[in-house]
Amino acid sequence: MSDRQLRVSKIRDGTVIDHLPAGTALSVLAILGIDGSNGEGVSVGMNVRSGRIATKDIVKVEGRELSQEEVDVIAIIAPVATINIIRGYEVAEKTRVETPTAVEGVLRCPNPNCITNQDEPVTTRFRVLDGHLRCRYCRGLIADAAVPDLLAVGF
Amino acid sequence: MPPEHILSASALTRDDIEEVLSAAEAIAAAPAAHQDRLAHRLLGLLFFEPSTRTRMSFAAAMQRLGGGVIDMGSVDTSSVQKGESLADTVRVIEGYADAIVLRHPSEGAAQVASEFVDIPVINAGDGAGQHPTQTLLDLYTIEEAVGLEDIAVGIVGDLKYGRTVHSLAAALSRFDVDQHLIAPPSLQLPDHVRYDLDSAGVQVHEHTDIEACLEELDVLYMTRIQRERFPDEAEYRAVAGAYRVSAADLTGAREHLAVLHPLPRVDEIAADVDATPHAWYFRQSANGIAVRMALLEQVLGGSR
Repeated sequence: MSDRQLRVSKIRDGTVIDHLPAGTALSVLAILGIDGSNGEGVSVGMNVRSGRIATKDIVKVEGRELSQEEVDVIAIIAPVATINIIRGYEVAEKTRVETPTAVEGVLRCPNPNCITNQDEPVTTRFRVLDGHLRCRYCRGLIADAAVPDLLAVGF
Repeated sequence: MPPEHILSASALTRDDIEEVLSAAEAIAAAPAAHQDRLAHRLLGLLFFEPSTRTRMSFAAAMQRLGGGVIDMGSVDTSSVQKGESLADTVRVIEGYADAIVLRHPSEGAAQVASEFVDIPVINAGDGAGQHPTQTLLDLYTIEEAVGLEDIAVGIVGDLKYGRTVHSLAAALSRFDVDQHLIAPPSLQLPDHVRYDLDSAGVQVHEHTDIEACLEELDVLYMTRIQRERFPDEAEYRAVAGAYRVSAADLTGAREHLAVLHPLPRVDEIAADVDATPHAWYFRQSANGIAVRMALLEQVLGGSR
């Protein structure tokens, strides 16, 4: 049994998010709203040696398949990540994330004076630019690196 | 057909701008021909922030087109005080009026309003965001004073929070205009406005003193440092009164230099400038009527 298998064991049903840039696993868990309080089985590998990228992080989540909105946000911070859907210990689907043109919901706008932070019934929307997101409403720019800090309340 | 909104100067092309300016020019030349154009149409004025000139200017423009105006009044006496959302307020007003003019303290408010109603929404200022109708009357005045081609415009004051500045800089990027931005380091343009200028290939010249570029300018656009936009009073005090222009300061300027200001001024322009040929700000304010008449005809011109 390899060192890697010891650290990150197989899951029966769920999702493996692989080829995350080293250091982003906890941000991915935050994007998925996973803090351990809901009882999901979660395995996290950080700074794992990898052929494709020098070192990587990997996250395995039991009993959960990701929504497109979640995958879109992961793609912003981990543009070469792969998403493996696992069913019955087998890889049922394997896809690479694609950088979206826009992100809806999931993130809040960091501008406290943006109308999306004023209890209006609107969903945040950001256009994806090179290295930035842009709020559809206040037009403010957000660096991709700041994305993990902007997870919408309750997510 | 979806309603035509006017939400941001950044969304206006050069053709859009020129269309409004020529329509406004035609109206200014023969206002009587337009006096019934919007008869029986009603404009809803929703001002969630204090306003004198923009509110009155829209009301005057609508009435000069033969239309009527309903005004929400001050926020203190409206249901906003009861906690009503903007989304609800505009949907209610949609039942009363044919178009909405909205001023709101939050950036993006007009965009949100436009997503909840099927009538035109005109942004009359959204926080530190945009103020596109002010920009159109600014451009109309610049065109009238010095033309809009191959000119140098100096924009002075609160570039960070000044919505008139954000809209004007975006719109000027559609023309062959050299932009000089004059502000203290703490009040420089926000990143997103700068990003748009960079994307449009506009090179801006930045200064902290007006004197650094005054002699090169065809237009000097002064703005008020707006106390109400500052999150903290100390930050405001550090920059308040940073820029003041008097008639004596303008002696080295080009003869045709036009001084503009969105008004109200506090002490940015000394009263002795009023009597010089450089003073265009009251004319600029008056131009708001023809420009807003043109905009109202544009968004409300068709039959409902």
